[in-house]
Amino acid sequence: MSIGLLSLIILVLAALGYVIGRRKAVGQVEGDIRKLHSLPPFYGRITALLTAVPAFFLIAAWLLAQPLFLENKAISLIDPAELPAGKSAELMMADVRRVAAGLNMLEARGDEVGPLLASPTALKTALNGAGVVLETEPTPSTLAATAALRDAGDTSRLAMTGAALLLALAGLAFGFSRINPEYRARNATEQFAMWLLMTSSLIAVLTTVGIVGSLLFESIHFFRLYPASEFFFSTTWKPQFGGGSSLGILPLLWGTLYVSVIALVVAVPIGLMSAIYLAEYASRSTRAWVKPAIEILAGIPTIVYGLFALITVGPLLRDYFASPLGLGTSSSSVMTAGLVMGIMVIPFVSSLSDDIINAVPQSLRDGSLGLGATPSETIKQVVIPAALPGIVGAVLLAASRAIGETMIVVLGAGAAAQLSMNPFEAMTTVTVKIVSQLTGDTEFASPETLVAFALGLTLFCLTLALNIIALVIVRKYREQYE
Amino acid sequence: MKDQRLETRVDTQTIKIEARKAQVYYGTNHAIIDVDVDIMDKTVTAFIGPSGCGKSTFLRCLNRMNDTIPSCRVEGSITLEGENIYDPRVDPVQLRARIGMVFQKPNPFPKSIYDNVAYGPKIHGLTRNKAELDEVVETCLRKAALWNEVKDRLQSPGTGLSGGQQQRLCIARAIATSPEVLLMDEPCSALDPIATAQVEELIDELRSQFSVVIVTHSMQQAARVSQRTAFFHLGYLVEFGETGQIFTNPKDPRTESYISGRIG
Ligand SMILES: Nc1ncnc2c1ncn2[C@@H]1O[C@H](COP(=O)(O)OP(=O)(O)OP(=O)(O)O)[C@@H](O)[C@H]1O
Ligand SMILES: [Mg+2]
Repeated sequence: MSIGLLSLIILVLAALGYVIGRRKAVGQVEGDIRKLHSLPPFYGRITALLTAVPAFFLIAAWLLAQPLFLENKAISLIDPAELPAGKSAELMMADVRRVAAGLNMLEARGDEVGPLLASPTALKTALNGAGVVLETEPTPSTLAATAALRDAGDTSRLAMTGAALLLALAGLAFGFSRINPEYRARNATEQFAMWLLMTSSLIAVLTTVGIVGSLLFESIHFFRLYPASEFFFSTTWKPQFGGGSSLGILPLLWGTLYVSVIALVVAVPIGLMSAIYLAEYASRSTRAWVKPAIEILAGIPTIVYGLFALITVGPLLRDYFASPLGLGTSSSSVMTAGLVMGIMVIPFVSSLSDDIINAVPQSLRDGSLGLGATPSETIKQVVIPAALPGIVGAVLLAASRAIGETMIVVLGAGAAAQLSMNPFEAMTTVTVKIVSQLTGDTEFASPETLVAFALGLTLFCLTLALNIIALVIVRKYREQYE
Repeated sequence: MKDQRLETRVDTQTIKIEARKAQVYYGTNHAIIDVDVDIMDKTVTAFIGPSGCGKSTFLRCLNRMNDTIPSCRVEGSITLEGENIYDPRVDPVQLRARIGMVFQKPNPFPKSIYDNVAYGPKIHGLTRNKAELDEVVETCLRKAALWNEVKDRLQSPGTGLSGGQQQRLCIARAIATSPEVLLMDEPCSALDPIATAQVEELIDELRSQFSVVIVTHSMQQAARVSQRTAFFHLGYLVEFGETGQIFTNPKDPRTESYISGRIG
């Protein structure tokens, strides 16, 4: 039975639960609904929820966990003797999965798959026709594994359908049996809603934990192959594909911070001042077009900014500043990337700060103006301090954006990892190197590739620290002012 | 009290603020219509009237606070010591330093109690050093009957005070700039009877230096603190005169019904 049909059946059961739950509640008080604890729809609703929600959770959990259990059996069937040189059983499993999926597709189209399984050549042609391209003909053990995978899939699907339907029916029966006039269906619905909301937030949290966990796992892997002290304290970054690379993060971290600081030096004053202009001085009609115009900046794809850096800003800086001052002849430079990135993050600062400044109550401005302060004194001494926690938040958001940015750096600052104070020198950042390490042609288990995860983890810790600092600052001001 | 009142009659001869045919519009809503009022120097003037009759609106005209409301338009003439305050040459910032205001809702700044009171003296450069500033802050807080409650926590935020304490902080803040006229919009509406009595005492004391305009919903308060009373109704100034006369012998039947509790 397909998932769609199964869901439909569960929904029908839930609808049924609603109708009979409601009817039972009304019937028990002979139509005098004032004797019920809750209004009749609540009795229907709680029955429907008890029917549908646990069953859907079961289906979701089952589908997520299924691959883990099914593949164990199939992988054991692959004959190591048949593996082509340099391919592991895990890699073969990718083929097995594709063949299995292809066969399911063919079957769903109504093709006969029995004869195909007998002849690997026919199978390959048929799968090619269905858009599943195989490099080699499937070997007998691959076919056996495929068959085992499909079998296990079918059994599992059947078991899931049965379990989900049973659970739905059990929920329906449980909900129905609980209905009596004293039953607080309204409160129960409320509870149910709370659990549902909590589960959603839990999913978000668990995803984060999962991402960090996988980063951590691969990083540990990396540090087994490469000394952590070298990684954190070495000042050279020179990956060599034959091995013996030096993978010191310091030049990359330096580049990241240098570019981000330049970006913030550009974005914070401009963003903040335009926010103040918009919130305090601009007339309503000016504001109506200036604000969206600034926000357009946030909508430009970063690759376009990268092009702008590469073609316009880079050569401009080189010809008018770097060369005449004797500071370098490279058109890719930290300055180029920082300036362009600064322009990109202006709207993050201005738009948020504008909203925050607008949220400062008018009564505070009146209070200050009423004491004979000028508008700019009022802004400086009353409005900005009151809005500061939010402004700090906006700035740190912009900082996180700048630290995580890749495209502008690749095109604007180049890819040379080096430690230098000269802002007209080409440099590179952590994110750029993550990309280049993973797109290389090296083996996945080598330190040259795994270093990407350690870099990612470091970056994550950096932005996390930034967020924590922001939180502390905001809380401190809250305590002081609220 | 009585002989004080006699005393003021002597020096209430100078007119501080004079409004003639004042009109205020909020968009198309005509909120103040043809109001003529004279605010005497060194006198307490009370504005009374039912809610929504335009007391706050008229009060805000007197120091051009209405400039901050885009839809608001003021016509007619309002003069401070003979000079039209709506003249383009008049700087509203300077004007507001001379005519201070306490708002209907307390609005302490998100700063420490000390900085709240020191705000005006600092921006206008009224003190020469820290010691002088400390003294001004203490005097103003004492006058506003708040000193004893906050003297140990001058550095804690003003927003952390109770509603009534915040209102007294705003009063302290307003008198710290030593204005010539003090406009107070229902300064006692959030205060308990003791603090109210203290603020009324302060108002009476201020009268020796400034002229005070107070909006109030309490007839007793108007009778206690003011020498002159203006009764507003639906945007019109119905009656204006000596407080004693308004309360004992009102000329207009509307005034009579309001003070005896029949309209409002
Ligand atoms: N900012 C504003 N925008 C538009 N209309 C306003 C504004 N402020 C006041 N009004 C209108 O002006 C009229 C007078 O209001 P005002 O606040 O002066 O009354 P009030 O006498 O102070 O009342 P209360 O005793 O309740 O404070 C009311 O009709 C009100 O709706
Ligand atoms: Mg009012």
